[in-house]
Amino acid sequence: MAEITSRKNIIEVKSLSVFYGQFQALKSVQLELQARKITALIGPSGCGKSTFLRTLNRMNDLIEGARTEGQVIFDGENIYDPGTDLLELRRRIGMVFQRPNPFPLNIFDNVVYGLRVHGQNDRRYMEERLFRSLQAVNLWEELKDRLEADALCLTGEQQQRLCIARVLAVGPEVILMDEPCSALDPTATARIEDLMYQLKEKYTIIIVTHNMQQAARVSDYTGYFLLGELVEFGQTNQIFTSPRDARTEDYITGRFG
Amino acid sequence: MTRYFDEELLELNKKILEMSAVVENSIGLSVRALRELSREKAEAIVKDDDRIDAMELEIEEKCLNLIALYQPAAADLRFVVMSMKITTDLERIADLAVDISQRVLELADQPLLKPLIDIPKLATLAQNMVRDVINSFINKDTELARSVILRDNEADELRNLVQSELINDYMKKDATTVPRAIPLLLVARHLERICDHATNIAEDVIYMVKGEVVKHRPESLR
Repeated sequence: MAEITSRKNIIEVKSLSVFYGQFQALKSVQLELQARKITALIGPSGCGKSTFLRTLNRMNDLIEGARTEGQVIFDGENIYDPGTDLLELRRRIGMVFQRPNPFPLNIFDNVVYGLRVHGQNDRRYMEERLFRSLQAVNLWEELKDRLEADALCLTGEQQQRLCIARVLAVGPEVILMDEPCSALDPTATARIEDLMYQLKEKYTIIIVTHNMQQAARVSDYTGYFLLGELVEFGQTNQIFTSPRDARTEDYITGRFG
Repeated sequence: MTRYFDEELLELNKKILEMSAVVENSIGLSVRALRELSREKAEAIVKDDDRIDAMELEIEEKCLNLIALYQPAAADLRFVVMSMKITTDLERIADLAVDISQRVLELADQPLLKPLIDIPKLATLAQNMVRDVINSFINKDTELARSVILRDNEADELRNLVQSELINDYMKKDATTVPRAIPLLLVARHLERICDHATNIAEDVIYMVKGEVVKHRPESLR
């Protein structure tokens, strides 16, 4: 069992609540996320897990009527401080979505899109980042001869890998994944899971998933959300063999949710 | 919410109870055969053993299927996996009952070396430990399981007592007693092994119910 005291936290969430108008979607969540580990967030639909994921790089700011209370401390700073540079925050904490969402551009332009947004124009630098990013997601060999091809012509799995490469290109520290495999078939899912395993050597990954076996397979830590509350958080093997809370037990064994 | 899987788990539970009943009966019979040095009873036990072996295979297959088809988690997973382990120990207990019966057949051929005192005590202990551990499984009673684990030392002591008495008071003094002493020595050993398997099951019951590992951690029982 890992020593709780020696772990390195990259994100500390303190009394975090989120409201959509009158509705409270998250109830005073308290959580520490470890660097270079995969944390899975599970729970039934509407439990707040995706809302929570989006609070970590302030994607909820984009939702009309959303209000956040509490703190998310990342690298010593509360990301909800008024002075936070959102563009920089989302560079360091990137996001991969449920459905692959490449831009209607060619492969090259997709991967370097974020670099350009950040003002990068040096072709050689961009090519270097493109090479590294595509290599990291195991797409370089497949795509190196067709970088000018339309990204929308790729398979679903390739598109999702490309989206991960696009996040990696800007040099993030944390990658948020919102059900990244739900649009993929089982073999493509297994390959994305392998990729996550490789990526955790360098990056911290937080994944929301409806697939409990996936959470069990890929993650080091698991958090169970229910009705906006973080019911239980712990090492994945503990959560899946001996959960402490009866509500977690019911969900994990399929008796509820 | 009731699930089809729950019915499967009930079915598995039922199969383990059936096997437990047969094993408990087998132990009871072997202890009686030993007390009475009865050939008939000893021979009956050997027959039951094939049935127990078949039950073990059936339960193992059931557990493997449940894991493959349902990917159980948490308490369900602990129940299925511990069922497999418990079944293995039950089968080993039944084998030891057969071993005891074979010793009874050897003993029945010759006059008894000495009146039996500690061996019947050990037999009663083993029988009670098996009975209690089966009840602890049925009722998910971790306190009863704990009491089984705590009795294991007593079994070791009784076995040592029987062993040193047979070696020092008989075998060393008169080598002609050896053929009659050895079956008794082995009976004590078989009984003590039965207590060990009951202890294993008790540890698995505690893990199954509470998710707590007590195996190889005597301090966690206090």
